Amino acid sequence: MTFKNITNCLSIIVLSLMFALPVMASTEHSESHEEEKFNVSEMIMHHIKDAHEWHLWGGHGNSTSIYLPIILVDEGLHVFSASHFYHGEHRSAVDSKTGEKVDYVAGVGPAAAYAMFHEKIYKMEHGELHFEEGHVHGAVKPLDLSLTRNVAFMLIASLILVLIMFSVAKYYRKNGAVSPKGIAKFIEPLIVFVRDDIAKEHINEHKYQRYLPYILTVFFFILICNLLGSVPLIGTNLTGNITVTMFLAVCTLLLTVLSGNKAYWKHIFWPPGVPIALMPIMIPLEIIGIFTKPFALMIRLFANITAGHIIVLALVSIIFINKNLGWAGLSVPMTLFISVLELLVAFLQAYLFALLSALFIGAAVEEHHH
Amino acid sequence: MDLILPDYGLLFWTGLVFLLLLFVLAKFAWKPILKAVNDREKNIADSLELAEKTKAEMQALQAENEKLLKEARAERDKIMKEAHETASKMVEESKENAKKEAAKIIESANQAIEMEKAAAISELKAHVAVLSVEIAEKVIRKELASDDKQKELASKLAEDINLN
Repeated sequence: MTFKNITNCLSIIVLSLMFALPVMASTEHSESHEEEKFNVSEMIMHHIKDAHEWHLWGGHGNSTSIYLPIILVDEGLHVFSASHFYHGEHRSAVDSKTGEKVDYVAGVGPAAAYAMFHEKIYKMEHGELHFEEGHVHGAVKPLDLSLTRNVAFMLIASLILVLIMFSVAKYYRKNGAVSPKGIAKFIEPLIVFVRDDIAKEHINEHKYQRYLPYILTVFFFILICNLLGSVPLIGTNLTGNITVTMFLAVCTLLLTVLSGNKAYWKHIFWPPGVPIALMPIMIPLEIIGIFTKPFALMIRLFANITAGHIIVLALVSIIFINKNLGWAGLSVPMTLFISVLELLVAFLQAYLFALLSALFIGAAVEEHHH
Repeated sequence: MDLILPDYGLLFWTGLVFLLLLFVLAKFAWKPILKAVNDREKNIADSLELAEKTKAEMQALQAENEKLLKEARAERDKIMKEAHETASKMVEESKENAKKEAAKIIESANQAIEMEKAAAISELKAHVAVLSVEIAEKVIRKELASDDKQKELASKLAEDINLN
């Protein structure tokens, strides 16, 4: 199958998913008639957090989901389907401090020794879990390397990114250094933009090429995850997950610190033009500054993308809170507006993350001529 | 709360996937794409430079051509002028010559006419003399045809002699 066929198939899939949104909505709607109270915050938190299933549509009892594989490291590797939890044994326990009833799910089959509470997997002691102030008390948490929804989404997004970039690279390999056509025509300006306006602009002209692959990868990874994250049904809050943004921020931090030259470190440990009396304050501040910069990167991406998902879901929920389709007249235009805004945010946040990473690295490798 | 707490499983997968992505894209995508883009940019820059150079060369060439043309024009004008002068001089000269020749021819013709005239006159004179003698002979012969007339003549002649 040629690349064109693949892209055609992908666009058909994406389009059909978009049209599937009303289906999802209608299923949710009929659900609300069953006197099951529609809990907006629960639904939104469920979406923006990670899960071991890929929930497609439907509510409690009759939902349609793809169960993802669970991989546990607990005295060896345990691999089984998440359905052993989602179709597991529903149990309740009494909180030992507050006395409230807490519901959790005990696994069945290969998952028999484990229980799931708020998407976290615990090893049960004597076949049960104990709770204290709403948290699991005393149970061991095995290392959970499951292919969760976020991981699956990340794999799909990465695969699409690789396919796109490979076809662009193939175009140039086939045609040589000619003016681009097709997908290369769309991607090349972005690559040139990242190279010229982000990397070359902020990193020393002789050194930027070393950091360009990282900046390009970060830019396109965040961009494609942001964009795919806005697509209904497959949309996943990956770039709005603190673990992912933390990993990317740590990459930038490590690159900055590891490539910092003498001038950079001198600027931190002996800031120029500062009176000696102020040094005890300035030096700790500069050291804290090394970490606050990538920390801000982490929080910015996380907060922006999560907020976008929350707003879109909250606006869609207006219909289900009021249990009246007429509210769609308000909900749909507002959701459309925010979705278009999210499209801008998707580009903006990818740009900002790449730009600030380049800026931090650029400051670390800058040659000072004092 | 767990919204802002990192998850080790996801951290592991993110690290693995991102580093793999970085490696694969850097090697098989960014490198060839950037190389092609750089090559093309260099190509365009070189072509522009060449075009600029060629343009300058063309301009120099054109200026030289202009100069050559100007010189050639001046040369042509000069030659034309000289040719004109020579031609008019030649015409003038030939006219002069023709005039002289014509005068000469007319003069010699006049001379010839004069001579012819003189010859004709002298010939006429000779003829007239012969004719006069013949006429006189014929007249005399008629006068002297009878004896009376001879006698009359003789007597007349004798009278003339006497008178003399």
